[in-house]
Amino acid sequence: MSTKHDQRLSPPGAAPQASSLGGRGQEASPISEPVIELEGVSVCLGGRTILQEVTFTINPGEFIAVLGPNGAGKSTLLKVLLGLIRPSAGTVRLFGQAPRRGNRLIGYAPQHRTLEGALSLRARDLVGFGLDGHRWGPGWFPAGGRRRQAIIEAALAEVDALALADMPVAHLSGGEQQRLLIAQALLSQPRLLLLDEPLSNLDLSHEQEIIALIARLCRTHGMTVLLVSHDVNPLLPVIDRVLYLARGHAAIGKPEQVITSATLSALYGAPVEVVEALGRLFVVGVDI
Amino acid sequence: MNISTLWQHEFIQNAFLAGGCVAIAAALVGYFVVLRAQTFAGEALTDIGFTGATGAALLGLSPLPGMVTLSLLAAFIIGLLGERLRGRDIEIGMVLSFALGLGVLFLSLYASSSGSHASAGIGILFGSILSVSRGDVWLSLACALGCSLALLILYRPLLFASIDPEVAAARGVPVRLLSVLFLLLLALATAISVLVIGVLLVFALLVAPAAAAARLSPSPASALLLAVLLGLGSTWGGLLIAFLGPGQHLPASFCIATLATLCYAGATLIAHWRQRRSPQVPAQPAHPCKGRRTAA
Ligand SMILES: Nc1ncnc2c1ncn2[C@@H]1O[C@H](COP(=O)(O)OP(=O)(O)OP(=O)(O)O)[C@@H](O)[C@H]1O
Ligand SMILES: [Mg+2]
Repeated sequence: MSTKHDQRLSPPGAAPQASSLGGRGQEASPISEPVIELEGVSVCLGGRTILQEVTFTINPGEFIAVLGPNGAGKSTLLKVLLGLIRPSAGTVRLFGQAPRRGNRLIGYAPQHRTLEGALSLRARDLVGFGLDGHRWGPGWFPAGGRRRQAIIEAALAEVDALALADMPVAHLSGGEQQRLLIAQALLSQPRLLLLDEPLSNLDLSHEQEIIALIARLCRTHGMTVLLVSHDVNPLLPVIDRVLYLARGHAAIGKPEQVITSATLSALYGAPVEVVEALGRLFVVGVDI
Repeated sequence: MNISTLWQHEFIQNAFLAGGCVAIAAALVGYFVVLRAQTFAGEALTDIGFTGATGAALLGLSPLPGMVTLSLLAAFIIGLLGERLRGRDIEIGMVLSFALGLGVLFLSLYASSSGSHASAGIGILFGSILSVSRGDVWLSLACALGCSLALLILYRPLLFASIDPEVAAARGVPVRLLSVLFLLLLALATAISVLVIGVLLVFALLVAPAAAAARLSPSPASALLLAVLLGLGSTWGGLLIAFLGPGQHLPASFCIATLATLCYAGATLIAHWRQRRSPQVPAQPAHPCKGRRTAA
């Protein structure tokens, strides 16, 4: 429904910025292949339709905020892209191929839950899973491997967690664990980053820091990012488009096109008021 | 008896050799049991092994093959039952109580048919390390080698899947398959542990050394190593006390279980003491953050 009028927007106007930073990876021509294509995708779980005929396209280097109320299917959408859930109808294409588990082009940080039983596991071990956790065998330098440790420490430093490197994961706070999971997702230098509510446990300064980090990766490395959040405001300066999910439907477009009273009312099927105050957007009448 | 004459008895050699193999296998598998919060599944598999052992006795077979067969079968079924075993305590408990009931039935049938008393049952419940045969030693050596080799191959993906099954699955780790494979290893390890320490005391070898090591070690590799050392220490130490200690005829299972429990208690105390001595999170990050500068 409301997906029709604003999909297939041209690539975002962020490209000039990128070249000024001397980024590589942006050399791909502007008419390059889309990273994600969904066409008429429906997902049923436990007999309920979670997503219904969702269609959208996401281009390389775009930073997309995924919004929507609890249970809208945001996490489900990411799992479809990861190949963990099979859609009941429609086609999904990632880099021109069907989604599959273990796609090395994707980095993923799940919605946070505390990591159970992670005693005797240090932060650097957890982050290291992103590098070689899927490989068979013990890894011949279990603790050493200087190059491996250097890569891990660089990723930890990016999320301001270098000081936590040797702490047991079980003793870290929710926000600290979340930053480790982001570092883990970044470790394999993915082309597509899927982050499920990465900001939900972070304090304000770390929130700003993580957003800046992801925006930087997006601009300089041409990484495509889907970031699930319940608050679009801290993301507004950096995102290209928002993907809004509600009642199984999706709307995608620039924030000022999608987060409007008219679009959201159509999406929710109920009167929604979008209020702008103090430079922030507030959605009144329903949950984001 | 003293140490020099001790080694001349074959039954004592057998006890030390089988005990060593079992301690190694149980400690290695036990570390992942602790990590995956599957201690209850481990308990259930041993109880099911008890049924297998009594069933085998009823058929006039040696108990160990019966035990291994039935607990492998149960592990396979439990593994297929659920994607994740956490929170499956009710189902496991139902299987367990049914299996134990069956075990009791077999035991009483065995006792009445052979006219003997239930000493076979006592051996299975509390361990019979002093009657371990050379054949049992070879079998436990084979099981221990098999478990170690399998864990060596599965090490990284199993660790990943135990800590974070969701991300592991997304990264292409076959989480479900690993879960079944691990339960099979667990069944094998518990079955041979029963040989040494009996159904009721399996925790002493399976969980106590691993849990103690997990509390003390900074990394998974060192935890595994420490678990093996603690397991071997408890087993061989327990056997030495049983053979040489005062008050002749202290049961070996009792000595082993006591040492294992002491290991765990000691580890808890040390971990507690360490935590109080050193502050948890460094107050200041040791390195200025790269991200912060770009953010500003
Ligand atoms: N395995 C499952 N079986 C049945 N229903 C499921 C399953 N997984 C998710 N659901 C349902 O799908 C709906 C969407 O779930 P999802 O986790 O995608 O929501 P979300 O948008 O991420 O919400 P939140 O903001 O709370 O994270 C929910 O109503 C949930 O109950
Ligand atoms: Mg979610």
